[in-house]
Amino acid sequence: MDINELLEPFARMLDTAAAPALVRAVEGGASAAPMWQELLESGFLDALVAEDKGGAGLSLGDIEPLIEALGARAVPLPVAETMVARALLADAGLAAPDGPIALATSATSGQMVVCALVAAHVLVDTGAELILADIADLIVTPTGVHHALAARVAWTGRPQGQSLPRPAHGLRRIAALLRAALIAGAAGRLIEMTTAYANERVQFGKPIGRQQALQQNLAVIAEDAISARLAAQLGCAGGPTGSLVAAATAKAMTSAVVARIAATAHAVHGAIGVSEEYDLQLLTRRLHEWRLADGSEGYWHKVIGEARLADPAGSIDWVRNAVFA
Amino acid sequence: MFDTLTLASLSPEDEALRPQIRAFLSRHLDGLPLDRRARSWQGFDADFSRKLGAAGFLGQTLPKEYGGGELGPFARFVIVEELLSAGAPVAAHWIADRQSAPLILNYGTEEQRRKYIPAICRGEALFCIGMSEPGSGSDLASIRTRADRTDKGWVVNGQKNWTTHAMHSDYMIALLRTSGTIADRQAGLSQLIIDLKAPGVTVRPIVDLNGDAHFAEVFFENVELGPDALIGTEGEGWKQVTAELAFERSGPERIYSSVVLLDAWIAHLQSVGRTDAHGLVGRLMTELAALRAMSIACTARLVLGESPVVEASIVKDRGTTFEQELPMAIGDDLAAHPDEVVSDDLHRALLYVTHIAPSFSLRGGTREILRGIIARGMGLR
Ligand SMILES: Cc1cc2nc3c(=O)[nH]c(=O)nc-3n(C[C@H](O)[C@H](O)[C@H](O)COP(=O)(O)OP(=O)(O)OC[C@H]3O[C@@H](n4cnc5c(N)ncnc54)[C@H](O)[C@@H]3O)c2cc1C
Repeated sequence: MDINELLEPFARMLDTAAAPALVRAVEGGASAAPMWQELLESGFLDALVAEDKGGAGLSLGDIEPLIEALGARAVPLPVAETMVARALLADAGLAAPDGPIALATSATSGQMVVCALVAAHVLVDTGAELILADIADLIVTPTGVHHALAARVAWTGRPQGQSLPRPAHGLRRIAALLRAALIAGAAGRLIEMTTAYANERVQFGKPIGRQQALQQNLAVIAEDAISARLAAQLGCAGGPTGSLVAAATAKAMTSAVVARIAATAHAVHGAIGVSEEYDLQLLTRRLHEWRLADGSEGYWHKVIGEARLADPAGSIDWVRNAVFA
Repeated sequence: MFDTLTLASLSPEDEALRPQIRAFLSRHLDGLPLDRRARSWQGFDADFSRKLGAAGFLGQTLPKEYGGGELGPFARFVIVEELLSAGAPVAAHWIADRQSAPLILNYGTEEQRRKYIPAICRGEALFCIGMSEPGSGSDLASIRTRADRTDKGWVVNGQKNWTTHAMHSDYMIALLRTSGTIADRQAGLSQLIIDLKAPGVTVRPIVDLNGDAHFAEVFFENVELGPDALIGTEGEGWKQVTAELAFERSGPERIYSSVVLLDAWIAHLQSVGRTDAHGLVGRLMTELAALRAMSIACTARLVLGESPVVEASIVKDRGTTFEQELPMAIGDDLAAHPDEVVSDDLHRALLYVTHIAPSFSLRGGTREILRGIIARGMGLR
């Protein structure tokens, strides 16, 4: 199947349903219900659900470009997370609720959960099982970070809700792949925006993009974005049951390039880049949020390093077997 | 941006070459010391290259008709990956296999193809690249070495510099001015195949900071060549050289130059049983994996018959950055444990790579020039 046949209608839908003005409104506290309704009706939420269970039967590798498209638009809802949750629910023979589902990838009460403020449910990984908890049965505390939709999620005792089997390596591995693809999408969009701006903004009588210093910096973040994209694709190609190291590589690589991409994008834009009304900040704030979510590069590097040092193979061999297999 | 660089994979047929080349390498490289292997694709051994050719491991991308394997760029990727992973001394055949033979195949006459390509596939015709001159490095279009037409063919005068393994090579493919003056820049340049045994050619090896002599300066004093020395079209040298550089820059050697050192360090960590380097090891493995995916993606463009000039620059710039980071990070890690004994082998390999690493982002076009090419690809210039 050619993914572009899906990507184009999906991206078009997002361009209207999650236009920057609507993203800002949701971040500002407006209801996300209309945006969610459009996503729900689009049918894309069941992309990962098996065909015999009424879904499209696609793999994570297939839909990686769709997740990038979500990242590129800073969609303020846990869309990819819900896709994964619905597939896990379907596999367990459970009906999925209609609302957005966020992922809690740590067994610790009080952890930070991306999009918790706009979620109807949270799928919690307790380390032994997954529990689909109604948001009303959890204690959700906003962080106080301006316009952030991530929030602290806590429970007393054990989270209440339906139980389903925990996939190999738990939710954190899957969430890492989703974050990687989201970062890759947002990073790609930032490169485009920043390049376009550099060609428009005139100082000293010519576009600032004609300055070699800027060209060199932009070339570097373009490389960053490409390695992020390939690492995300590589990780997602491993699918929902793929290796932990492949997912770790995806999240570590994408997280590791966030700092430089965001810094250079802002530097090239000058002051306008940090103003609220300019779209750049929608993406750079997301990049930082996703980098810190579900294990930063520091967390995943250790996972990878430990696996590497346990294996006597040469590095190229090891990478081939652990990441590319 | 640069959406053409997307995930691609090696086919099972290409992967099938891996055990074969491995078996060959374990037979022929046994006992090669670490600091020789750390020389990576700068290590020269003409005998080894001939053995590779005889075993059918050269010319994977070239047609069977000319003695090649006709298996394509991914097959070459697998072979090259194994050669570099093992630290095989590949310099003798490297340039010919990577870029001279494809260039001759693309632009040469039937006679030239028959004369050179089968010999290259046997590892018997060694080539070097004559682009840089004393006054022309990054600004390649400013070259002065000339080839002028005579009634018998061509006469060459001038000097090339930094020519890798010119002193061991049979032929140089040189970029020369065949008409106009340096003011004409890219116009009036052509490529000629120069037989380095021709009278008037003087090759003087240059010793590097590690004591190795891998490059040389080459002088041409009224060197007479036949009419068949011209390769491709007169005046089209710039275009041809650009295509050649895509081959030169796109291979996995631009990400694996320090991989022998990396493996030696990891073996050291394993043998001393140290567990405080997980984060660093993981970071380096992450980069390695992402670069491998990028390099395979770039090779996929070669498979499609494209000339991925910008993509190759992206992979080379990022790859050499990684190759250069390795000795610095490894040196820091080892020296952060002053009470731990590091073997002489590892120490020599570390310092060898530390000293030579700056050249990784010079040879084949400097970092700044590559980033300029990428910026042009982005529409910034
Ligand atoms: C190990 C090794 C092997 C080599 N083998 C060969 C070979 O086989 N054949 C061959 O022809 N050549 C070979 N070279 C030469 C190589 O191609 C040149 O070193 C390279 O092109 C740079 O030229 P240069 O050394 O004269 O440096 P210069 O061009 O003088 O550059 C010096 C510095 O100035 C920077 N600079 C120059 N122009 C610009 C600009 N417009 N904008 C920004 N920065 C700029 C460069 O990036 C660099 O940092 C080899 C070099 C090395 C190190």
